[in-house]
Amino acid sequence: MTDALLDIKDVVVEYPSKGFRKEPFKALKGVSLDIRQGETVGLVGESGSGKTTLGRAVLGLAPVTGGSIKYRGQEISKATRARRRDLSHEIQVVFQDPYTSLNPSMTIEQILTEPLTVRKVGRRAANERVAELLDQVRLPPGAAHRLPREFSGGQRQRVAIARALALDPKLIVCDEPVSALDLSTQARVMELFIEIQERIGVAYLFVSHDLAVVRHLSHRVAVMYHGEIVEWGGGEQVTGAPEHPYTQRLFMAAPIPDPDRQAQHRADRLRLLELQREQDVQASVV
Amino acid sequence: MIETPLAVPAGAAKVSLFRRLLTHPTGVVSMVLLVLVALASVLAPLLATHDPNTASVQHVLAKAGSGHILGADSAGRDVLSRLLFAGQFSLAGALLALAVALVLGVTAGLAAGYYGGWFDSASSWLTGLLMALPGMVVLLAARAVVGPSMWLSMMIFGVLLSPAFFRLVYASVTAVRNELYVDAARVSGLSDVRIIGRHILTVVRAPVIIQSAMVLGIAIAIQAGLEFLGLGDRNIPTWGSMLNDGFINIFKSPTLVLWPALVIGLVCIALTLLANAMRDELERSRGPVKKSRKAAAAGAAADAEGAAEKRGVAAVVHADEPNEDAGEILLEVTDLGVGYDQPDGSTTHVVNHVNLTVRRGEVHGLVGESGSGKTQTAFSILRLLPQGGRITGGSIFFEGKDLAQLSEKEMTKVRGKRIAYIPQEPMSNLDSAFTIGSQLMEPMRVCLGISKAEARKRALALLARVGIPNPERTFDAYPHQISGGMAQRVLIAGAVSCEPDLLIADEPTTALDVTVQAEVLNLLRELQDELNMGVILVTHNFGVVADLCDRVTVMQTGRVVETGPVRSIFNHAQHPYTRQLLGAILEDTAPRGHYTLKELNGVTS
Repeated sequence: MTDALLDIKDVVVEYPSKGFRKEPFKALKGVSLDIRQGETVGLVGESGSGKTTLGRAVLGLAPVTGGSIKYRGQEISKATRARRRDLSHEIQVVFQDPYTSLNPSMTIEQILTEPLTVRKVGRRAANERVAELLDQVRLPPGAAHRLPREFSGGQRQRVAIARALALDPKLIVCDEPVSALDLSTQARVMELFIEIQERIGVAYLFVSHDLAVVRHLSHRVAVMYHGEIVEWGGGEQVTGAPEHPYTQRLFMAAPIPDPDRQAQHRADRLRLLELQREQDVQASVV
Repeated sequence: MIETPLAVPAGAAKVSLFRRLLTHPTGVVSMVLLVLVALASVLAPLLATHDPNTASVQHVLAKAGSGHILGADSAGRDVLSRLLFAGQFSLAGALLALAVALVLGVTAGLAAGYYGGWFDSASSWLTGLLMALPGMVVLLAARAVVGPSMWLSMMIFGVLLSPAFFRLVYASVTAVRNELYVDAARVSGLSDVRIIGRHILTVVRAPVIIQSAMVLGIAIAIQAGLEFLGLGDRNIPTWGSMLNDGFINIFKSPTLVLWPALVIGLVCIALTLLANAMRDELERSRGPVKKSRKAAAAGAAADAEGAAEKRGVAAVVHADEPNEDAGEILLEVTDLGVGYDQPDGSTTHVVNHVNLTVRRGEVHGLVGESGSGKTQTAFSILRLLPQGGRITGGSIFFEGKDLAQLSEKEMTKVRGKRIAYIPQEPMSNLDSAFTIGSQLMEPMRVCLGISKAEARKRALALLARVGIPNPERTFDAYPHQISGGMAQRVLIAGAVSCEPDLLIADEPTTALDVTVQAEVLNLLRELQDELNMGVILVTHNFGVVADLCDRVTVMQTGRVVETGPVRSIFNHAQHPYTRQLLGAILEDTAPRGHYTLKELNGVTS
């Protein structure tokens, strides 16, 4: 593929286990994925499936022990710190918890200018940029001199998005960015994500355990299970007509917010589980 | 809820530690004393009337007055002058020890804590070794080797003191290192030096300053001790050597020992008290932060309350479905109010005029966003409100008794036995020091008064009932050995173990994966059916509501806005807030669709 912004091939991430000569723990067992410019790729999975680890591997925060991660054709999984610093203009991050991802002792302005100092942006230019960023995430300019604790969860997440946008990245890794938010706040922050993407053409690697969120935002969806991608394709196809048994189970498990349809859904789920059990039995007999 | 654009008042500007110390009485007194001693020592050449080292045979052990304000010592040297000059050396020596300890301890602590790896292990071993060494013995040995140099022995003492700083800094750094904001700074491309300087040093600064004051006091005392034993450098005046001289002549001139002892004592006490004052101030500053957050939330709730009152909006109550056979009323909450007492004597109301009816065999969903008061309502039924919270009005009738009026002792009988509870975080609600089995058996033996063997049998049966594959193994396991989903099943088993009439489940599936959630919901439905319990299900997830609930009550900022049978709420919601919540549900929205990018001519895979 020539138009891939990020090309992940057979990536393996291993964490050393505690104890002498123990097998290292494989968080990712050969994962392949690509992201195009301005595209959202959703990454769904349950806890421990490795979805967050994949995001951290792209950011250089997880130890990649095999495979390759190419950004615009250049290998970045073994990038040096200096190269990483250059990459900070290209790849950025929004974390899940807006309470711990902002340093509580720094004002919003300090938080937003921090990435700019790496670029050696002058003071006045930096202040202008901060005002611009706050406007982009729909926060009033007066927010600059406040501390994070004065903001609600949704507002903090807006600050985190503004920080990610500060260096005009081409790709933002979003690690469960709306999971800690209330339902209606969540909907508004997601609209903000889409709006920013449509305006500046940034690509997202959107990690979430919430199927509805991923379906709403993603052009393509990858489903992870035990450190592997079990299903990967267009969002409509993967979330509408899943093929892999695990994806089917996953989608049937999410309750539908409508009492009558949920009753039907629940019955369907039990039928599916029964069917899959039978298939497993048959497979083991063969 | 409307995200008010920063209606929060600006927080008080950060007041520096020094400014805050000025309001602390002990802090001020000790600082003034230390500054005086330091000034006197620095200005010794100007203040002293005599040369500190000039001996004079005529003035041996001279009395105070007569040309020598505080008298003269055994060599006829002026005591006051010596005291002033000795301050220079004693303080400088102690500062040298502190500087060495700081440089070694803080840098090693930062490096070991931030990078980890081999340096971490090596420095941890080394600090262990240093801490095991008896300081005085090492100093005595060092003197035997390098001779009586105060500077050298103070440097060695600094090395011995460095573990104090190492451990302090190491602990703070390892706590901060994995904070997400440090990760974010790394992704921003900041160098390690900048990250340490900006995000990590700020965290360790305050505790290091406090520790420094303590260490300085120790260094002064140890140095005086060495000199007192006569192991110091005889050529320079120090408080310790003066103490030594005074002690030898204590019968001839008792006041000689008094002056250096007084100075050493006062300086050490002042340093310790200053350290305590700084710690007090820092700990006090943490209080208002928490308070202001709670107060902000409470303020917002109060504002909303005022607004709602002005609008005069009453809760929308949907009529029951006609074909529904209503069971007996189990719980009747009327006009419930919950408030938190504030430090200034006022009360912040978080729940206002809440009415709630739960029938036997009914699952009643309590829905709302954070800050809506749904959890507060549930906890007040259990009478388990957090510190400072209390029921400010209304009644909670359960089996003919008003729970709001019951004594704590009577309430204990109701809790667990008649009303059970399932928490949101299964892991933090199991005690990691006991096995699952003992935690299941204990309440059963108390509530049902059964024998240990019988309780064990029941516990195993319950574990099997809640779908745990190998009950015996789980019975003997400790909480950390089982998964979150299993832990929630164990807690459900515990909750239904005494066959309660009412079960209160606070977001029971929020912390679980969706596949586990589906199974736990199934389990809850089956158990509810089997035991014919009334269930209050606190949740923010409308999928869970649709799956399990018969009736729903929607709460907003401490009030009930709408209540009714589940189908009426989903299909005919009337209150704007309920509609807004239902509108925010994503399940029915269309998927994002295909990726297109015109500039790239949209080559799709």
